[in-house]
Amino acid sequence: MILEVKDLRVEFPTRRGTLVALDSVSFHINPGEVLGVVGESGAGKSITGMAVIGLLEPPGRIAGGEVRLEGRRIDNLPREEMRKVRGRQIGVVFQDPLTSLNPLYTVGQQLVETILTHLPLSRTQARERAISLLKEVGIPGAEARLDHYPHQFSGGMRQRVVIALAIAAEPKLIIADEPTTALDVSIQAQIIALLKRLSAERGTAVMLITHDMGVIAETSHRVAVMYAGRIAEIGPVREVIHAPRHPYTAGLMGSIPKISVHKQKLLQIEGAMPRLNAIPRGCAFNPRCPKRFARCLSERPDLMPAGAGAAACWLHAPAHA
Amino acid sequence: MPLLTLEAVSRDFDVSRPWLNRVIEGEPRRMLRAVDQVALEVEQGETLALVGESGCGKSTVARLIVGLYAPTEGRIEFRGRRMQMIFQDPYASLNPRWRVKDIVAEPITVLGLKEKRAIHETVKGLLVQVGLSADDGEKYPHEFSGGQRQRISIARALAGEPDLLVCDEPTSALDVSVQAQILNLMGELQRRLGLTYVFISHNLAVVSQVADRVGVMYLGRIVELGSTSSLFSRPRHPYTRLLLDAVPDLGMTGKPRTPIGGEVPNPLDPPPGCAFHPRCPHANERCRRERPALVDHVACHAVAEGRI
Repeated sequence: MILEVKDLRVEFPTRRGTLVALDSVSFHINPGEVLGVVGESGAGKSITGMAVIGLLEPPGRIAGGEVRLEGRRIDNLPREEMRKVRGRQIGVVFQDPLTSLNPLYTVGQQLVETILTHLPLSRTQARERAISLLKEVGIPGAEARLDHYPHQFSGGMRQRVVIALAIAAEPKLIIADEPTTALDVSIQAQIIALLKRLSAERGTAVMLITHDMGVIAETSHRVAVMYAGRIAEIGPVREVIHAPRHPYTAGLMGSIPKISVHKQKLLQIEGAMPRLNAIPRGCAFNPRCPKRFARCLSERPDLMPAGAGAAACWLHAPAHA
Repeated sequence: MPLLTLEAVSRDFDVSRPWLNRVIEGEPRRMLRAVDQVALEVEQGETLALVGESGCGKSTVARLIVGLYAPTEGRIEFRGRRMQMIFQDPYASLNPRWRVKDIVAEPITVLGLKEKRAIHETVKGLLVQVGLSADDGEKYPHEFSGGQRQRISIARALAGEPDLLVCDEPTSALDVSVQAQILNLMGELQRRLGLTYVFISHNLAVVSQVADRVGVMYLGRIVELGSTSSLFSRPRHPYTRLLLDAVPDLGMTGKPRTPIGGEVPNPLDPPPGCAFHPRCPHANERCRRERPALVDHVACHAVAEGRI
């Protein structure tokens, strides 16, 4: 197990009381495995990623639970220690490659600096490694491109550079937060293929955060569906897509437009996800759930076994079945 | 007679550097052709979608249609009474200092469509029609979620009593469950009010669900135009095939995919001949030299010659 997250709770203290952004989130990722984390905006998927890499925006803070990387607890590390973990053991890819790259340095300078920070190499060796990294992520003319600035690259190529930076120190875990959202669909397919290949070849664990179920279906082995700060369902991706166990997952899958030859009405979930300061009692999904019953209104369900995975839904409680 | 006709419409943008730089550095003017010889007809009551990747010119076509840009060449003829536009970003397109009722009432007042006394009731009716409550008119835009704001945009567009709605990525900023609500609402309004839509989107799946006909754009030109059923079941242009192939496979059929390499070329320096030839697996000498025209709904030498 590369990453283990247990009962993670993230709070944002505000003047009007404490908002609970994540509530008892637990999951793990194995070597070479891609775990997709999917959800709509505000579901807590990005906050989960930020909490794992210790980059929660203040006043957000981890209020409970633990995060372990290869068995070692990292959620309570001092800032300097955590800095070393990031980059060396955890690589990060964000949505917008322009904000992850420094516009004033060439791509080569940024790669070499990252490599020298984390690996015991000479400058010449680091430069050679930078070239081979650019080749590995599929940038043509890597040697010449090393001396170019980020603005000289297209969006897709920039994201490849960011991925090269993320894997520069051979991390055990890559956290990719909406890595293809800013890209066009043909470029998105290229980046997905790249992430998959890197994970398979290097045995890197990947936490892929996205709102796009299609990207998850293409890339992930398992998927966690998040809703209002909790995991609603987690399981093998095929299972979750074809036989969703949580009514929210089922609604979400139904509302995704699929390529079809005829116009048709989409399934829709009524209403919207609750704001963090107005999460209903019981199951957070209950006001929108077509299958709710008395227990859903009063008691909050935790993840319970359902099919090959688990769902936080009382429909799967042993007593119910 | 079609409701809207575009005849060989082109639009250039001047992207020259400032005058002083040009004089000192001896640089010529540079023009970017964002839309190149686009011809379209939109029939009353149908939904025509334009689809393509960023920079293909689809949003420029939308802006040309509603008159936010004037065409450099060609002619646009609109035979209806009025058209309205719905924008992508429901946060930027609503004035944060106005109450919703004033936002929705603006087209009515500006166009002088109703007596002052009747406006209030009309606005309430419009809000209800788009799935909001009549009292929501008293609130400000920030009190609404993204999906609700897009409903407000739609109510405002309907207030102008348009025949044609030009929708530029109306659901791209929305979450997928909310997107479904908005797309369903738009379909319902079309049926009820007989609206005609020009629907701009980069999302092929969305387009396949809402459009009657689809135009695929690449680097300012329409490369394929056809009914939704024929385009999605038998795509002909290699670029349409690439786009369809690149859509993530939600069904997990496990079909092997070969992501086509390359990227959209720089529109400032488009390749000669067919703009798609550098990425096209079927390109030959003719494709590199001669630009294909839209013949029989597809602009491709390989298709015309029966090579694919």
